[in-house]
Amino acid sequence: MNTMPNSNVVVADKLPPPSTVKPRRFSMPILGLIGLCIVVFWLLMAVIGPTISPYDAGQIVDADVFGGLSRKLLLGSDYLGRDMLSRILFGTRYTIGLALAATLLACSIGTGLALCAALAGGWVDAVMSRTLDALISIPSKMFALMMVASFGSSPELLIITAAITYMPGSYRISRALAVNVQTMEYVQAARARGEGALYITCIEMLPNMIRPVLADAGLRFVFVVLLLSGLSFLSLGVQPPDADWGSLVRENIAGLGEGAPAVIMPALAIATLTIGVNLLIDNLRGKRSRKD
Amino acid sequence: MNGTVGRLIINRLGLGILTLLLVSIGVFLITNLLPGDAAQAALGQSATPETVAALRLQFGLDQPAPVRYFYWLSGLLSGNPGISLVNNVPVAQLIAGRLPSSLLLAAVTAAVSVPIALTLGITSAMYRGSLFDRVVSVGSVSMVSVPEFLVATIAVMIFAVKLRWLSALSHTADIASAGQFLKAYAMPVLTLCCVIVAQMSRMTRAAVIDQLSSSYVEMAALKGARPTRIVLTHALPNAIGPIANAVALSLSYLLGGVIIVESIFNYPGIASLMIDAVTTRDMPLVQACAMIFCCAYLLLVLAADICAIVSNPRLRNR
Repeated sequence: MNTMPNSNVVVADKLPPPSTVKPRRFSMPILGLIGLCIVVFWLLMAVIGPTISPYDAGQIVDADVFGGLSRKLLLGSDYLGRDMLSRILFGTRYTIGLALAATLLACSIGTGLALCAALAGGWVDAVMSRTLDALISIPSKMFALMMVASFGSSPELLIITAAITYMPGSYRISRALAVNVQTMEYVQAARARGEGALYITCIEMLPNMIRPVLADAGLRFVFVVLLLSGLSFLSLGVQPPDADWGSLVRENIAGLGEGAPAVIMPALAIATLTIGVNLLIDNLRGKRSRKD
Repeated sequence: MNGTVGRLIINRLGLGILTLLLVSIGVFLITNLLPGDAAQAALGQSATPETVAALRLQFGLDQPAPVRYFYWLSGLLSGNPGISLVNNVPVAQLIAGRLPSSLLLAAVTAAVSVPIALTLGITSAMYRGSLFDRVVSVGSVSMVSVPEFLVATIAVMIFAVKLRWLSALSHTADIASAGQFLKAYAMPVLTLCCVIVAQMSRMTRAAVIDQLSSSYVEMAALKGARPTRIVLTHALPNAIGPIANAVALSLSYLLGGVIIVESIFNYPGIASLMIDAVTTRDMPLVQACAMIFCCAYLLLVLAADICAIVSNPRLRNR
């Protein structure tokens, strides 16, 4: 984890300026394509999932609880006899929506602060970096548990908690990139032309650090998904009657003893999503560093 | 060992204490931002304003926040972090009952996972690019990116449901023999190990590969030393610092994993105590548990940094 920002910086360093890059054919290793397909699939499900699900999430459709896979209920039934496939499809929105919102918040605030710190330099930079370093030294689950204990659990709180937890990491990486990009000649040229700070950050610096920042955002999304589903698994995250994938595992945990698919399926859904994102990012990054 | 190393270590220790202080302020702030307060929470909805006011006085909640913070901090330092709001038992007593079992779980996990992780990490660095290396690396990436409870549920499915070797819950109360010990600890330790080993072997591999690409290793290869000898006598002694760093950092992942594992296997440790405290909003207990976890985390990170400082030969010879 710690070596990642550096390797990204090196890559960004070696990249030729954008104008000289020839438009290259879009090609990606097969693993990356698989990752892309998984990610697109789940994003699609988050949008249209509830409309294509066979039953309503709360509807009890089967007398048999913890039923196995069948033609009628593709992924079996849960502890009340509800359709597992529908529950997972309805849960997609919570798992992906909350994590996406938190990631966007964390990365935009982190990158924004990093650009400010890099531009301002001096004591502003030092104070900001020290403060955020102290924030990192509270383990993420511990911070989330304390937030839930103090404020109760609501979707908004979950988003804010995850955003605060992963913002310092994003700040660190973006700051390293920004400090690096700032020494480039085109930035100094812009400065010599007398451009304003806003122009320099938005037009000169941001486009040249956006790719590593986006790759980092993808990894952060995985961490957020894991954190939030972990919280839901402890029944401290998304509260009933709503359920994300973590809560689905939790509420069906009684079926573990009989090996019910209701426990495994939502957990597998999380695993496919996180592994898919990882595959996609690894191969995007791998391709670039091989080419240069 | 000379003056530079000593000074760096003292600096790092001072920074650690400062960070711990900042973290304690953070913990106190988060748990005290609530609009309602502990007195209201303890008495419930039906309390009259008079009783709430009386209890506030008793808890010392009428004092300004900085004063309360110093009372709380001095209480923590003197081993008296307050009284549990839920069952009126001293927090210290509750924690003392649970801390040993959590430490035992952590110790057993570390004892099992460190040798496995180091072996995997070093061998996959030696045979970099081979099938073995790729299998280990894909395995550890997927292990890191799935939630801990998936690993735990799959382990229960296999060992408790299908094979019926172990029980799905961890009964630690009636341990008399080594067999029972094994039965009670196998599942939690197995789950935690999966997560830790994945992290640690990745970092170990990176550390060893870093050494293997240096010029003295090239020299040893040109001299005709065999690969095993190059790794064991040339690269490894130089990689011990980064590896120790990796071990300490990966062990800090234990803290996150242990929360899920203690909850799923019903293990009576400090993390399940904290989850109960969060559910019942027992703030003094939440604060104390959070501080214990943050302390443990900071200690591990500190240990990692000190390993890195002590093992850096450039600092030693200055």
